[in-house]
Amino acid sequence: MITVKDLTRGYAHTVAVNQVSFSVAKGQIVGFLGPNGAGKTTTMRMLTCFLPPSSGTATVAGFDVLEQPLEVKKRIGYLPETPPIYPEMATVEYLRFVGSLKGLSGTDLDKRVDYVVGRCSVADVKKKLLGKLSKGYRQRVGLAQAIIHNPDVLILDEPTAGLDPKQINETRDLIKDLAGDHTIILSTHILPEVEQTCQQVIIINKGRVVATDSVENLQSRGRNAETMVLEVASRSGPLEVARIEQRLKQVAGVSRVSIKNKYDSRAVFETESLMGELKRGDLARVIVESGWDLNELRPASMSLEEIFLQLTGGDPAAQTAEAKPGAAAPGQGESSAAEEPHA
Amino acid sequence: MRNTWIICRKELSSYFASPVAYLLLTMFALIFGFFFWNSLGYFVIASMEMQMRGQAFSMSVNEQIIRPLLANTSVVGLFFIPMITMRLFAEEKRTGTIELLATSPVRDIEIIVGKWLSALILYACLLLFTALNFAFLFRYGNPDWKPLAVGYLGLLLQAGGLLAIGTFISTLTRNQIIAGAATFGVCLMLWIFSWVSGYDSATWAAVLSYMSVVTHFDSFGKGVIESKDAIFYLTVIFLGLFFTARSMESMRWRS
Repeated sequence: MITVKDLTRGYAHTVAVNQVSFSVAKGQIVGFLGPNGAGKTTTMRMLTCFLPPSSGTATVAGFDVLEQPLEVKKRIGYLPETPPIYPEMATVEYLRFVGSLKGLSGTDLDKRVDYVVGRCSVADVKKKLLGKLSKGYRQRVGLAQAIIHNPDVLILDEPTAGLDPKQINETRDLIKDLAGDHTIILSTHILPEVEQTCQQVIIINKGRVVATDSVENLQSRGRNAETMVLEVASRSGPLEVARIEQRLKQVAGVSRVSIKNKYDSRAVFETESLMGELKRGDLARVIVESGWDLNELRPASMSLEEIFLQLTGGDPAAQTAEAKPGAAAPGQGESSAAEEPHA
Repeated sequence: MRNTWIICRKELSSYFASPVAYLLLTMFALIFGFFFWNSLGYFVIASMEMQMRGQAFSMSVNEQIIRPLLANTSVVGLFFIPMITMRLFAEEKRTGTIELLATSPVRDIEIIVGKWLSALILYACLLLFTALNFAFLFRYGNPDWKPLAVGYLGLLLQAGGLLAIGTFISTLTRNQIIAGAATFGVCLMLWIFSWVSGYDSATWAAVLSYMSVVTHFDSFGKGVIESKDAIFYLTVIFLGLFFTARSMESMRWRS
Protein backbone atom coordinates (compact mmCIF):
# COMPACT_ATOMS: atom_id res chain seq x y z
CA MET A 1 0.00 0.00 0.00
CA ILE A 2 2.85 2.32 0.85
CA THR A 3 6.32 1.99 -0.59
CA VAL A 4 9.08 4.34 0.41
CA LYS A 5 12.47 4.16 -1.19
CA ASP A 6 15.56 6.16 -0.26
CA LEU A 7 13.43 9.06 0.83
CA THR A 8 15.58 12.03 1.79
CA ARG A 9 14.64 15.48 2.88
CA GLY A 10 16.99 18.20 3.95
CA TYR A 11 16.35 21.59 5.45
CA ALA A 12 18.66 24.55 5.19
CA HIS A 13 21.48 23.08 7.25
CA THR A 14 20.33 19.65 8.34
CA VAL A 15 19.17 16.44 6.81
CA ALA A 16 15.92 15.60 8.57
CA VAL A 17 15.26 12.34 6.81
CA ASN A 18 18.07 10.37 5.29
CA GLN A 19 17.48 7.58 2.77
CA VAL A 20 14.52 6.08 4.52
CA SER A 21 13.07 2.97 2.92
CA PHE A 22 10.21 0.81 4.08
CA SER A 23 6.95 -0.56 2.86
CA VAL A 24 3.61 -1.21 4.45
CA ALA A 25 1.13 -3.84 3.40
CA LYS A 26 -2.60 -3.20 3.11
CA GLY A 27 -4.59 -3.24 6.32
CA GLN A 28 -1.63 -3.06 8.65
CA ILE A 29 -1.01 -0.75 11.55
CA VAL A 30 2.55 0.42 11.54
CA GLY A 31 4.14 2.32 14.38
CA PHE A 32 6.67 4.94 13.59
CA LEU A 33 8.82 5.07 16.66
CA GLY A 34 11.56 7.49 17.52
CA PRO A 35 12.55 10.30 19.84
CA ASN A 36 11.56 13.88 19.18
CA GLY A 37 13.30 15.30 16.16
CA ALA A 38 14.03 11.89 14.64
CA GLY A 39 12.31 12.76 11.37
CA LYS A 40 8.94 11.12 11.97
CA THR A 41 6.87 14.16 11.16
CA THR A 42 8.97 15.05 8.14
CA THR A 43 8.55 11.55 6.72
CA MET A 44 4.81 11.70 7.29
CA ARG A 45 4.59 15.09 5.68
CA MET A 46 6.30 13.74 2.62
CA LEU A 47 3.86 10.85 2.44
CA THR A 48 0.95 13.26 2.62
CA CYS A 49 2.44 15.44 -0.13
CA PHE A 50 2.77 18.36 2.24
CA LEU A 51 6.52 18.42 1.75
CA PRO A 52 8.23 17.32 -1.42
CA PRO A 53 11.17 14.97 -0.87
CA SER A 54 14.65 16.18 -1.78
CA SER A 55 15.34 12.81 -3.32
CA GLY A 56 13.97 9.30 -3.33
CA THR A 57 10.45 8.19 -4.06
CA ALA A 58 7.32 7.34 -2.16
CA THR A 59 4.21 5.78 -3.55
CA VAL A 60 0.85 5.51 -1.85
CA ALA A 61 -1.71 3.10 -3.29
CA GLY A 62 0.37 3.00 -6.43
CA PHE A 63 0.57 6.76 -6.95
CA ASP A 64 3.79 8.71 -6.68
CA VAL A 65 3.73 11.59 -4.22
CA LEU A 66 5.57 13.88 -6.63
CA GLU A 67 3.95 12.84 -9.89
CA GLN A 68 0.31 12.48 -8.85
CA PRO A 69 -0.15 14.32 -5.59
CA LEU A 70 -3.88 14.83 -6.09
CA GLU A 71 -4.48 11.09 -6.44
CA VAL A 72 -2.38 10.43 -3.35
CA LYS A 73 -4.17 13.10 -1.34
CA LYS A 74 -7.56 11.60 -2.24
CA ARG A 75 -6.48 8.33 -0.64
CA ILE A 76 -4.86 9.68 2.48
CA GLY A 77 -6.34 10.83 5.73
CA TYR A 78 -3.92 12.84 7.79
CA LEU A 79 -3.97 13.94 11.40
CA PRO A 80 -1.06 16.28 12.08
CA GLU A 81 0.43 16.60 15.53
CA THR A 82 -1.86 19.47 16.40
CA PRO A 83 -5.33 18.80 15.00
CA PRO A 84 -5.87 21.23 12.11
CA ILE A 85 -9.05 22.81 13.37
CA TYR A 86 -10.58 26.22 12.89
CA PRO A 87 -11.54 27.53 16.33
CA GLU A 88 -14.41 29.62 15.00
CA MET A 89 -16.14 26.65 13.37
CA ALA A 90 -18.60 24.25 14.97
CA THR A 91 -17.79 20.53 14.90
CA VAL A 92 -20.29 19.50 12.25
CA GLU A 93 -19.68 22.59 10.16
CA TYR A 94 -15.97 21.78 10.22
CA LEU A 95 -16.46 18.13 9.31
CA ARG A 96 -18.72 19.15 6.44
CA PHE A 97 -16.08 21.58 5.24
CA VAL A 98 -13.31 18.97 5.32
CA GLY A 99 -15.59 16.39 3.74
CA SER A 100 -16.43 18.62 0.82
CA LEU A 101 -12.78 19.56 0.48
CA LYS A 102 -12.02 15.86 0.12
CA GLY A 103 -14.58 15.57 -2.63
CA LEU A 104 -17.74 14.45 -0.83
CA SER A 105 -21.08 16.07 -1.52
CA GLY A 106 -24.82 15.63 -1.15
CA THR A 107 -26.12 12.63 0.77
CA ASP A 108 -22.67 11.01 0.76
CA LEU A 109 -21.38 13.91 2.77
CA ASP A 110 -24.32 13.77 5.20
CA LYS A 111 -23.83 10.05 5.71
CA ARG A 112 -20.10 10.25 6.24
CA VAL A 113 -20.41 13.15 8.67
CA ASP A 114 -22.99 11.22 10.69
CA TYR A 115 -20.79 8.15 10.57
CA VAL A 116 -17.58 9.79 11.78
CA VAL A 117 -19.45 11.75 14.45
CA GLY A 118 -20.63 8.44 15.88
CA ARG A 119 -17.40 6.61 15.26
CA CYS A 120 -15.20 9.16 16.99
CA SER A 121 -17.74 9.88 19.76
CA VAL A 122 -18.07 13.57 19.15
CA ALA A 123 -21.88 13.59 19.08
CA ASP A 124 -21.95 15.49 22.40
CA VAL A 125 -20.12 18.43 20.91
CA LYS A 126 -21.74 18.53 17.47
CA LYS A 127 -22.84 22.12 17.72
CA LYS A 128 -19.98 23.42 19.83
CA LEU A 129 -17.27 25.70 18.54
CA LEU A 130 -14.01 23.85 18.08
CA GLY A 131 -12.09 26.57 19.91
CA LYS A 132 -14.07 25.74 23.04
CA LEU A 133 -13.40 22.02 22.99
CA SER A 134 -11.06 20.20 25.34
CA LYS A 135 -7.86 18.69 24.00
CA GLY A 136 -9.39 15.22 23.96
CA TYR A 137 -12.35 16.28 21.88
CA ARG A 138 -10.16 18.26 19.51
CA GLN A 139 -8.08 15.18 18.95
CA ARG A 140 -11.18 13.14 18.22
CA VAL A 141 -12.47 15.75 15.82
CA GLY A 142 -9.04 15.64 14.21
CA LEU A 143 -9.34 11.90 13.83
CA ALA A 144 -12.87 12.29 12.49
CA GLN A 145 -11.70 14.67 9.77
CA ALA A 146 -8.91 12.25 8.85
CA ILE A 147 -11.32 9.38 8.17
CA ILE A 148 -14.19 11.38 6.75
CA HIS A 149 -13.55 10.41 3.12
CA ASN A 150 -12.88 6.79 4.02
CA PRO A 151 -9.26 6.91 2.87
CA ASP A 152 -7.19 3.82 2.11
CA VAL A 153 -4.32 5.14 4.17
CA LEU A 154 -4.43 6.90 7.50
CA ILE A 155 -1.42 8.84 8.70
CA LEU A 156 -1.59 9.87 12.33
CA ASP A 157 1.12 12.01 13.88
CA GLU A 158 1.24 11.30 17.61
CA PRO A 159 -2.50 10.71 17.88
CA THR A 160 -2.45 10.25 21.65
CA ALA A 161 -0.14 13.10 22.61
CA GLY A 162 -1.58 15.23 25.36
CA LEU A 163 -4.58 13.04 26.13
CA ASP A 164 -5.51 11.66 29.53
CA PRO A 165 -5.16 7.89 30.11
CA LYS A 166 -8.81 7.14 29.46
CA GLN A 167 -8.79 9.08 26.23
CA ILE A 168 -5.54 7.43 25.23
CA ASN A 169 -7.14 4.03 25.60
CA GLU A 170 -10.22 5.10 23.69
CA THR A 171 -8.12 6.53 20.90
CA ARG A 172 -6.01 3.37 20.68
CA ASP A 173 -9.12 1.21 20.54
CA LEU A 174 -10.53 3.40 17.83
CA ILE A 175 -7.32 3.14 15.83
CA LYS A 176 -7.27 -0.63 16.20
CA ASP A 177 -10.89 -0.70 15.09
CA LEU A 178 -10.08 1.27 11.98
CA ALA A 179 -7.34 -1.10 10.88
CA GLY A 180 -8.36 -3.64 8.31
CA ASP A 181 -10.31 -1.17 6.20
CA HIS A 182 -7.49 1.30 6.39
CA THR A 183 -3.75 1.00 6.33
CA ILE A 184 -2.48 3.03 9.24
CA ILE A 185 0.82 4.65 10.00
CA LEU A 186 1.05 6.27 13.39
CA SER A 187 4.00 7.97 14.94
CA THR A 188 4.78 7.97 18.61
CA HIS A 189 7.60 8.11 21.06
CA ILE A 190 5.80 5.89 23.54
CA LEU A 191 6.74 2.22 23.37
CA PRO A 192 3.64 0.74 25.07
CA GLU A 193 1.56 2.49 22.49
CA VAL A 194 3.31 0.56 19.76
CA GLU A 195 3.01 -2.67 21.72
CA GLN A 196 -0.70 -2.19 22.16
CA THR A 197 -1.76 -0.97 18.76
CA CYS A 198 0.74 -1.85 16.09
CA GLN A 199 1.74 -5.00 14.28
CA GLN A 200 4.82 -3.58 12.73
CA VAL A 201 7.37 -1.10 14.00
CA ILE A 202 9.70 1.19 12.16
CA ILE A 203 12.28 2.70 14.46
CA ILE A 204 13.78 5.88 13.25
CA ASN A 205 16.60 7.89 14.74
CA LYS A 206 18.40 10.97 13.44
CA GLY A 207 16.60 10.65 10.13
CA ARG A 208 17.55 7.03 9.51
CA VAL A 209 15.61 3.82 9.88
CA VAL A 210 17.42 1.77 12.50
CA ALA A 211 15.05 -1.18 12.53
CA THR A 212 11.93 -2.47 10.85
CA ASP A 213 10.36 -5.41 12.54
CA SER A 214 7.26 -6.91 14.01
CA VAL A 215 6.46 -5.93 17.57
CA GLU A 216 7.10 -9.44 18.97
CA ASN A 217 10.50 -9.70 17.36
CA LEU A 218 11.50 -6.32 18.58
CA GLN A 219 10.58 -7.12 22.13
CA SER A 220 12.35 -10.42 22.18
CA ARG A 221 15.34 -8.87 20.54
CA GLY A 222 15.50 -6.37 23.31
CA ARG A 223 15.32 -9.13 25.81
CA ASN A 224 18.28 -11.34 25.36
CA ALA A 225 18.75 -10.33 28.94
CA GLU A 226 15.72 -10.68 31.16
CA THR A 227 15.01 -8.63 34.22
CA MET A 228 12.52 -9.72 36.88
CA VAL A 229 11.10 -7.50 39.57
CA LEU A 230 10.13 -9.03 42.93
CA GLU A 231 8.55 -7.50 45.95
CA VAL A 232 9.19 -9.49 49.09
CA ALA A 233 7.60 -8.91 52.49
CA SER A 234 8.26 -10.42 55.89
CA ARG A 235 5.42 -12.09 57.80
CA SER A 236 6.43 -10.43 61.04
CA GLY A 237 9.18 -8.11 62.14
CA PRO A 238 11.81 -6.44 59.96
CA LEU A 239 12.98 -7.99 56.73
CA GLU A 240 16.45 -9.50 56.42
CA VAL A 241 17.31 -7.98 53.10
CA ALA A 242 20.82 -9.34 52.85
CA ARG A 243 19.62 -12.90 53.34
CA ILE A 244 17.02 -12.59 50.65
CA GLU A 245 19.60 -11.21 48.28
CA GLN A 246 21.81 -14.16 48.98
CA ARG A 247 19.01 -16.65 48.45
CA LEU A 248 18.05 -15.07 45.16
CA LYS A 249 21.61 -15.23 43.92
CA GLN A 250 21.60 -18.95 44.46
CA VAL A 251 18.65 -19.49 42.13
CA ALA A 252 19.76 -21.18 38.93
CA GLY A 253 20.18 -18.73 36.07
CA VAL A 254 20.32 -15.54 38.08
CA SER A 255 23.40 -13.54 37.23
CA ARG A 256 22.85 -10.45 39.31
CA VAL A 257 20.58 -9.26 42.10
CA SER A 258 20.03 -5.68 43.09
CA ILE A 259 17.86 -4.00 45.70
CA LYS A 260 15.63 -1.37 44.23
CA ASN A 261 13.65 -0.17 47.22
CA LYS A 262 13.64 -0.91 50.90
CA TYR A 263 10.79 -0.33 53.34
CA ASP A 264 10.29 -1.54 56.92
CA SER A 265 8.76 -4.89 56.23
CA ARG A 266 9.12 -5.25 52.48
CA ALA A 267 11.66 -4.66 49.73
CA VAL A 268 11.83 -4.65 45.95
CA PHE A 269 14.53 -6.63 44.18
CA GLU A 270 15.60 -7.00 40.59
CA THR A 271 17.23 -10.08 39.19
CA GLU A 272 18.98 -10.29 35.89
CA SER A 273 19.38 -13.44 33.87
CA LEU A 274 19.93 -14.51 30.31
CA MET A 275 16.84 -15.02 28.21
CA GLY A 276 15.25 -18.43 28.89
CA GLU A 277 17.72 -19.46 31.55
CA LEU A 278 15.55 -18.65 34.50
CA LYS A 279 12.39 -20.35 35.70
CA ARG A 280 10.16 -17.82 37.38
CA GLY A 281 8.75 -20.54 39.57
CA ASP A 282 12.18 -21.04 41.10
CA LEU A 283 12.27 -17.48 42.27
CA ALA A 284 8.84 -17.73 43.82
CA ARG A 285 9.59 -21.03 45.52
CA VAL A 286 12.80 -19.78 47.09
CA ILE A 287 11.05 -16.83 48.63
CA VAL A 288 7.99 -18.66 49.86
CA GLU A 289 9.86 -21.68 51.17
CA SER A 290 12.13 -19.42 53.19
CA GLY A 291 9.09 -18.09 54.98
CA TRP A 292 8.71 -14.72 53.29
CA ASP A 293 5.76 -13.41 51.36
CA LEU A 294 6.03 -12.78 47.65
CA ASN A 295 3.88 -9.73 46.92
CA GLU A 296 4.81 -9.29 43.33
CA LEU A 297 6.76 -11.03 40.61
CA ARG A 298 6.86 -9.62 37.11
CA PRO A 299 9.21 -9.17 34.18
CA ALA A 300 10.51 -5.64 33.92
CA SER A 301 9.46 -4.21 30.61
CA MET A 302 12.12 -2.83 28.44
CA SER A 303 11.89 0.91 28.04
CA LEU A 304 12.11 2.56 24.68
CA GLU A 305 15.31 4.13 25.79
CA GLU A 306 16.93 0.78 26.41
CA ILE A 307 15.83 -0.68 23.11
CA PHE A 308 16.82 2.49 21.50
CA LEU A 309 20.27 2.52 22.98
CA GLN A 310 20.66 -1.03 21.84
CA LEU A 311 19.54 -0.34 18.32
CA THR A 312 21.55 2.80 17.91
CA GLY A 313 24.59 1.18 19.42
CA GLY A 314 24.72 3.44 22.45
CA ASP A 315 25.23 0.49 24.75
CA PRO A 316 28.23 -1.82 24.33
CA ALA A 317 26.15 -4.89 25.15
CA ALA A 318 23.89 -3.97 22.30
CA GLN A 319 26.53 -3.95 19.62
CA THR A 320 26.26 -7.68 19.42
CA ALA A 321 22.50 -7.51 19.28
CA GLU A 322 22.66 -5.23 16.33
CA ALA A 323 25.09 -7.44 14.54
CA LYS A 324 22.69 -10.35 14.84
CA PRO A 325 21.01 -11.35 11.61
CA GLY A 326 17.59 -10.61 13.04
CA ALA A 327 18.42 -6.97 13.46
CA ALA A 328 17.93 -5.33 10.13
CA ALA A 329 20.50 -2.75 9.26
CA PRO A 330 19.15 0.38 7.64
CA GLY A 331 18.51 0.17 3.96
CA GLN A 332 18.56 -3.59 3.55
CA GLY A 333 16.13 -6.40 3.99
CA GLU A 334 13.51 -4.16 5.49
CA SER A 335 10.98 -4.22 2.75
CA SER A 336 10.69 -7.96 2.86
CA ALA A 337 10.42 -7.96 6.63
CA ALA A 338 7.76 -5.32 6.51
CA GLU A 339 5.63 -7.23 4.08
CA GLU A 340 5.36 -10.32 6.21
CA PRO A 341 1.79 -10.77 7.31
CA HIS A 342 1.20 -10.55 11.02
CA ALA A 343 -1.76 -11.70 12.98
CA MET B 1 -14.11 25.57 -9.50
CA ARG B 2 -16.08 23.65 -6.93
CA ASN B 3 -13.12 23.57 -4.55
CA THR B 4 -12.54 27.28 -5.01
CA TRP B 5 -16.10 27.92 -3.97
CA ILE B 6 -15.78 25.61 -0.93
CA ILE B 7 -12.71 27.52 0.26
CA CYS B 8 -14.32 30.85 -0.47
CA ARG B 9 -17.46 29.96 1.48
CA LYS B 10 -15.40 28.80 4.44
CA GLU B 11 -13.38 32.01 4.45
CA LEU B 12 -16.55 34.10 4.30
CA SER B 13 -18.05 32.22 7.21
CA SER B 14 -14.81 32.80 9.13
CA TYR B 15 -15.05 36.52 8.46
CA PHE B 16 -18.63 36.64 9.60
CA ALA B 17 -18.24 34.22 12.50
CA SER B 18 -15.66 36.50 14.07
CA PRO B 19 -16.09 40.21 14.79
CA VAL B 20 -13.73 41.05 11.91
CA ALA B 21 -16.36 41.53 9.23
CA TYR B 22 -18.78 43.44 11.47
CA LEU B 23 -16.06 45.70 12.76
CA LEU B 24 -14.86 46.55 9.26
CA LEU B 25 -18.40 47.07 8.01
CA THR B 26 -19.27 49.36 10.91
CA MET B 27 -16.14 51.42 10.59
CA PHE B 28 -16.50 51.74 6.87
CA ALA B 29 -20.18 52.63 7.12
CA LEU B 30 -19.40 55.38 9.63
CA ILE B 31 -16.53 56.83 7.62
CA PHE B 32 -18.36 56.74 4.34
CA GLY B 33 -21.53 58.00 5.95
CA PHE B 34 -19.60 61.00 7.16
CA PHE B 35 -18.16 61.66 3.71
CA PHE B 36 -21.59 61.36 2.17
CA TRP B 37 -23.26 63.64 4.64
CA ASN B 38 -20.49 66.16 4.21
CA SER B 39 -20.51 66.32 0.42
CA LEU B 40 -24.28 66.25 0.29
CA GLY B 41 -24.29 69.24 2.61
CA TYR B 42 -21.93 71.17 0.35
CA PHE B 43 -24.04 70.29 -2.62
CA VAL B 44 -27.22 71.50 -0.98
CA ILE B 45 -25.60 74.76 0.13
CA ALA B 46 -24.19 75.32 -3.33
CA SER B 47 -27.53 74.76 -4.96
CA MET B 48 -29.27 77.09 -2.50
CA GLU B 49 -26.71 79.82 -3.19
CA MET B 50 -27.27 79.35 -6.86
CA GLN B 51 -31.00 79.77 -6.46
CA MET B 52 -30.60 82.89 -4.33
CA ARG B 53 -28.27 84.53 -6.83
CA GLY B 54 -30.44 83.47 -9.67
CA GLN B 55 -27.37 82.38 -11.63
CA ALA B 56 -27.35 79.18 -13.54
CA PHE B 57 -24.36 77.04 -12.64
CA SER B 58 -24.39 73.61 -14.02
CA MET B 59 -25.06 71.36 -11.09
CA SER B 60 -24.53 67.63 -11.43
CA VAL B 61 -25.07 65.03 -8.76
CA ASN B 62 -22.75 62.70 -10.62
CA GLU B 63 -19.91 65.17 -10.93
CA GLN B 64 -20.24 66.86 -7.58
CA ILE B 65 -21.22 64.06 -5.24
CA ILE B 66 -20.71 60.63 -6.74
CA ARG B 67 -17.35 61.16 -8.40
CA PRO B 68 -15.51 62.66 -5.41
CA LEU B 69 -17.09 60.13 -3.12
CA LEU B 70 -15.94 57.25 -5.30
CA ALA B 71 -12.44 58.72 -5.29
CA ASN B 72 -12.61 58.94 -1.50
CA THR B 73 -13.80 55.36 -1.32
CA SER B 74 -10.88 54.22 -3.40
CA VAL B 75 -8.48 55.81 -0.90
CA VAL B 76 -10.36 54.72 2.23
CA GLY B 77 -10.36 51.21 0.81
CA LEU B 78 -6.56 51.24 1.01
CA PHE B 79 -6.85 51.31 4.79
CA PHE B 80 -9.31 48.46 4.96
CA ILE B 81 -7.63 46.09 2.57
CA PRO B 82 -4.78 45.07 4.91
CA MET B 83 -7.31 44.24 7.60
CA ILE B 84 -9.15 42.00 5.18
CA THR B 85 -6.18 40.09 3.82
CA MET B 86 -3.79 39.84 6.74
CA ARG B 87 -5.30 36.70 8.21
CA LEU B 88 -5.83 34.77 4.99
CA PHE B 89 -2.69 32.65 5.07
CA ALA B 90 -0.83 33.93 8.14
CA GLU B 91 -3.47 32.50 10.46
CA GLU B 92 -3.54 29.13 8.72
CA LYS B 93 0.21 28.94 8.98
CA ARG B 94 0.19 29.79 12.65
CA THR B 95 -2.51 27.33 13.68
CA GLY B 96 -1.29 24.59 11.34
CA THR B 97 -4.53 24.32 9.42
CA ILE B 98 -2.53 25.01 6.29
CA GLU B 99 -1.51 21.36 6.57
CA LEU B 100 -5.14 20.35 6.18
CA LEU B 101 -5.56 22.44 3.05
CA ALA B 102 -2.25 21.39 1.57
CA THR B 103 -2.93 17.69 2.10
CA SER B 104 -6.45 17.81 0.70
CA PRO B 105 -7.02 16.93 -2.95
CA VAL B 106 -7.21 20.59 -3.90
CA ARG B 107 -4.87 22.56 -6.15
CA ASP B 108 -2.93 25.45 -4.64
CA ILE B 109 -4.46 27.83 -7.12
CA GLU B 110 -7.97 26.80 -6.02
CA ILE B 111 -7.07 27.62 -2.42
CA ILE B 112 -5.54 30.95 -3.41
CA VAL B 113 -8.36 32.08 -5.68
CA GLY B 114 -10.94 30.94 -3.12
CA LYS B 115 -9.35 33.01 -0.40
CA TRP B 116 -8.84 36.02 -2.63
CA LEU B 117 -12.43 35.81 -3.84
CA SER B 118 -13.74 35.77 -0.29
CA ALA B 119 -11.71 38.90 0.46
CA LEU B 120 -13.14 40.55 -2.64
CA ILE B 121 -16.66 39.61 -1.60
CA LEU B 122 -16.11 41.12 1.83
CA TYR B 123 -14.87 44.28 0.15
CA ALA B 124 -17.96 44.25 -2.04
CA CYS B 125 -20.02 44.09 1.15
CA LEU B 126 -18.30 47.29 2.27
CA LEU B 127 -19.27 48.87 -1.02
CA LEU B 128 -22.89 47.90 -0.37
CA PHE B 129 -22.92 50.55 2.32
CA THR B 130 -21.89 53.17 -0.20
CA ALA B 131 -24.69 51.96 -2.44
CA LEU B 132 -27.09 52.40 0.46
CA ASN B 133 -26.10 56.04 0.68
CA PHE B 134 -26.21 56.56 -3.05
CA ALA B 135 -29.71 55.10 -3.07
CA PHE B 136 -30.88 58.33 -1.42
CA LEU B 137 -29.56 60.27 -4.40
CA PHE B 138 -31.66 58.16 -6.68
CA ARG B 139 -34.71 58.61 -4.46
CA TYR B 140 -34.49 62.41 -4.28
CA GLY B 141 -32.43 63.28 -7.31
CA ASN B 142 -31.83 62.15 -10.79
CA PRO B 143 -28.25 60.94 -11.19
CA ASP B 144 -27.03 58.83 -14.07
CA TRP B 145 -26.48 55.24 -12.95
CA LYS B 146 -23.97 54.28 -15.62
CA PRO B 147 -20.96 56.26 -14.36
CA LEU B 148 -21.73 54.93 -10.90
CA ALA B 149 -21.69 51.36 -12.15
CA VAL B 150 -18.39 51.97 -13.91
CA GLY B 151 -17.07 53.52 -10.71
CA TYR B 152 -17.97 50.40 -8.77
CA LEU B 153 -16.30 48.25 -11.39
CA GLY B 154 -13.17 50.36 -10.98
CA LEU B 155 -13.30 50.07 -7.19
CA LEU B 156 -13.62 46.30 -7.40
CA LEU B 157 -10.77 46.05 -9.87
CA GLN B 158 -8.53 48.25 -7.76
CA ALA B 159 -9.40 46.35 -4.61
CA GLY B 160 -8.89 43.07 -6.46
CA GLY B 161 -5.33 44.08 -7.24
CA LEU B 162 -4.52 45.26 -3.73
CA LEU B 163 -6.21 42.24 -2.18
CA ALA B 164 -4.08 39.99 -4.37
CA ILE B 165 -0.97 41.77 -3.11
CA GLY B 166 -2.24 41.43 0.45
CA THR B 167 -2.91 37.74 -0.07
CA PHE B 168 0.64 37.31 -1.31
CA ILE B 169 2.10 39.14 1.69
CA SER B 170 -0.01 37.01 4.01
CA THR B 171 1.72 33.87 2.73
CA LEU B 172 5.11 35.25 3.71
CA THR B 173 4.61 35.20 7.46
CA ARG B 174 2.75 33.43 10.21
CA ASN B 175 2.22 36.68 12.05
CA GLN B 176 -0.96 38.52 11.11
CA ILE B 177 0.28 41.85 12.42
CA ILE B 178 3.35 41.70 10.19
CA ALA B 179 1.24 40.72 7.20
CA GLY B 180 -1.20 43.55 7.92
CA ALA B 181 1.47 46.17 8.49
CA ALA B 182 3.42 45.21 5.38
CA THR B 183 0.28 45.25 3.25
CA PHE B 184 -0.69 48.58 4.69
CA GLY B 185 2.76 49.94 3.82
CA VAL B 186 2.51 48.70 0.24
CA CYS B 187 -1.02 50.10 -0.13
CA LEU B 188 0.09 53.51 1.10
CA MET B 189 3.10 53.53 -1.18
CA LEU B 190 0.94 52.69 -4.16
CA TRP B 191 -1.27 55.61 -3.18
CA ILE B 192 1.35 58.30 -2.55
CA PHE B 193 3.24 57.44 -5.69
CA SER B 194 0.63 59.51 -7.45
CA TRP B 195 1.84 62.64 -5.64
CA VAL B 196 5.06 62.83 -7.64
CA SER B 197 3.14 63.92 -10.72
CA GLY B 198 4.56 67.39 -10.02
CA TYR B 199 7.86 66.17 -11.44
CA ASP B 200 6.10 64.88 -14.48
CA SER B 201 8.98 65.56 -16.84
CA ALA B 202 11.26 63.00 -15.17
CA THR B 203 10.97 59.42 -16.31
CA TRP B 204 11.13 58.01 -12.80
CA ALA B 205 8.26 60.23 -11.76
CA ALA B 206 6.21 59.05 -14.69
CA VAL B 207 6.94 55.46 -13.76
CA LEU B 208 6.05 55.95 -10.11
CA SER B 209 2.93 57.83 -10.98
CA TYR B 210 1.94 55.07 -13.36
CA MET B 211 2.40 52.51 -10.60
CA SER B 212 0.00 54.28 -8.32
CA VAL B 213 -3.27 52.45 -8.06
CA VAL B 214 -5.12 55.68 -7.42
CA THR B 215 -4.22 57.40 -10.71
CA HIS B 216 -5.70 54.52 -12.60
CA PHE B 217 -8.98 55.03 -10.82
CA ASP B 218 -9.55 58.53 -12.26
CA SER B 219 -11.05 57.28 -15.49
CA PHE B 220 -13.41 54.89 -13.70
CA GLY B 221 -14.47 57.69 -11.36
CA LYS B 222 -15.46 59.73 -14.40
CA GLY B 223 -17.51 56.84 -15.64
CA VAL B 224 -15.14 55.92 -18.43
CA ILE B 225 -13.72 52.45 -18.89
CA GLU B 226 -10.19 53.06 -20.09
CA SER B 227 -8.75 49.80 -21.30
CA LYS B 228 -5.22 50.70 -20.17
CA ASP B 229 -6.43 51.26 -16.62
CA ALA B 230 -8.51 48.12 -16.59
CA ILE B 231 -5.54 46.18 -17.91
CA PHE B 232 -3.31 47.70 -15.24
CA TYR B 233 -5.61 46.44 -12.48
CA LEU B 234 -6.02 43.03 -14.09
CA THR B 235 -2.24 42.76 -14.34
CA VAL B 236 -1.84 43.58 -10.66
CA ILE B 237 -4.45 40.94 -9.78
CA PHE B 238 -2.71 38.38 -11.94
CA LEU B 239 0.75 39.16 -10.59
CA GLY B 240 -0.45 39.17 -6.99
CA LEU B 241 -2.08 35.77 -7.34
CA PHE B 242 0.85 34.43 -9.34
CA PHE B 243 3.31 35.42 -6.64
CA THR B 244 1.01 33.92 -4.01
CA ALA B 245 1.12 30.62 -5.87
CA ARG B 246 4.90 30.75 -6.12
CA SER B 247 5.14 31.62 -2.46
CA MET B 248 2.93 28.68 -1.46
CA GLU B 249 5.10 26.40 -3.51
CA SER B 250 8.30 27.66 -1.94
CA MET B 251 6.69 27.37 1.49
CA ARG B 252 6.69 23.62 0.93
CA TRP B 253 10.33 23.55 0.07
CA ARG B 254 11.36 25.74 2.94
CA SER B 255 9.12 24.81 5.85
